[in-house]
Amino acid sequence: MATIAPLAQAVSQVVHDGDTVAFEGFTHLIPFAAGHEVIRQGRRDLTLVRMTPDVIYDQLIGAGCARKLVFSWGGNPGVGSLHRFRDAVQNGWPTPLELEEHSHAGMANRYVAAASGLPFAVLRGYMGTDLPKQTANIAPITCPFTGEVLTAVPALRLDSAVIHAQRADRKGNVQLWGITGVQKEAVLAATRSLVTVEEIVDELEPRPGAVVLPSWVVDYVAEVPNGAHPSYAHDYSTRDNDYYQRWDEISKDRESFRTWLEGVA
Amino acid sequence: MTDYTADEMMTVAAARALTDGSVCFVGIGLPSTAANLARRTHAPDLVLVYESGTIGSKPATLPLSIGDGVLADSADSLVSVPEIFNYWLQPGRVDVGFLGAAQLDRFGNINTTVIGDDYRDPKVRLPGAGGAPEIAASCREVFMIVRQSPRAFVERVDFVTSLGFGTGKGDRERLGLKGRGPQLVITDLGVLRPDPDTCELTLTQLHPGVDLATAKAKTGWDLRVSPDLVTTERPTDQELAALRDLTA
Repeated sequence: MATIAPLAQAVSQVVHDGDTVAFEGFTHLIPFAAGHEVIRQGRRDLTLVRMTPDVIYDQLIGAGCARKLVFSWGGNPGVGSLHRFRDAVQNGWPTPLELEEHSHAGMANRYVAAASGLPFAVLRGYMGTDLPKQTANIAPITCPFTGEVLTAVPALRLDSAVIHAQRADRKGNVQLWGITGVQKEAVLAATRSLVTVEEIVDELEPRPGAVVLPSWVVDYVAEVPNGAHPSYAHDYSTRDNDYYQRWDEISKDRESFRTWLEGVA
Repeated sequence: MTDYTADEMMTVAAARALTDGSVCFVGIGLPSTAANLARRTHAPDLVLVYESGTIGSKPATLPLSIGDGVLADSADSLVSVPEIFNYWLQPGRVDVGFLGAAQLDRFGNINTTVIGDDYRDPKVRLPGAGGAPEIAASCREVFMIVRQSPRAFVERVDFVTSLGFGTGKGDRERLGLKGRGPQLVITDLGVLRPDPDTCELTLTQLHPGVDLATAKAKTGWDLRVSPDLVTTERPTDQELAALRDLTA
């Protein structure tokens, strides 16, 4: 059974120093508010995992929370580059950032393997690319039935997963819909999980195409209206595209980023 | 006739390349603009697939990201990210993968990872692979849309993020890739296609008003030119109106 708790308490219970942690969301339902709480709590040495690290990861990296990033595409969607991410990789500021880099298909399958309790996943991927030369955990594997050579990637087990959803009920059953990304897999791949939600309701009304995570696979639920802003929650809010554009300016130099960071703390 | 910019010519040329009724896996940015223009002009039944898991999106406005709400609301089917890659892309169900690139080489290999020779100490860190390696491998063919400059069009990419033709003809077959690879590169100056014998990207088309010397100067390798070089038809008023309505 999930515990319903205030955000600060839930974050401190779920995300610990040194964790391998994913704040998942594919453009939609990105758990920004929980990420900001992690910055406020001063978590350190995190291995951040995400298919599409975007602005919230730029903020966590710039705030010095991360020592490693496991990812497949790091950018400001529709805008350009992540300047804090670049500064960490190119100049080691505020601390060096180790990279483990995959493709989207590889990352998605790594989550699926972890959610399935398997040690690895198989896919047709990475063929002819330079990624396997730089990323140690991409390996060829021969199909025992056909002899075809495919690619194996290891399960992506997480210490903690944090996602945002539209709703939960008072028992902590969680419902999300719209673009659902890899959030279900991330929660099922994690030892501890936290879901922030737009609202807690008495009863979850069925929604076409919704993902429901039963209370017993979720550890903490926190009610955080607009907790995905500047990303969005389908049927609750729209994506604040201006914020993503503004982040490009804020994050460009260390001073304007520091000013922003003081505002979070 | 309406005046137009080089970017508008590029987007219109890219849109024209998409066949009505085909299935297109769409990257964000220029590919998405071109694919949505195609839907509004000659290809109303073009199926747009975005890697966020939206299949058959018909957005009324141009999305800024691959996961905007308009893509989900207007989709025929909405699936998870593992499903879009495993069930829909990987088996080869998609006709055209439509990609951009930071760097592209004479054999159509794509770099979106790092600029510079040292991956661990790059001159410029780029966003990375995203869905592109498997899009470039698994779609029946790949179209690219890239603004032409000597920095973007290089002899050999610094990092192969997504495979074009590798070092030349036969590489894709040796790796067991089913898709035919990059068949069309649309730029702000013209169009390149792989030579049937060598797979080297060759200039086959120049946009109106662009001279050959400019196209060569903006290419970082000794650009080969097709003996059958043709001039692109200028954008029609209808195409320009649809494009400007889309990007307004």
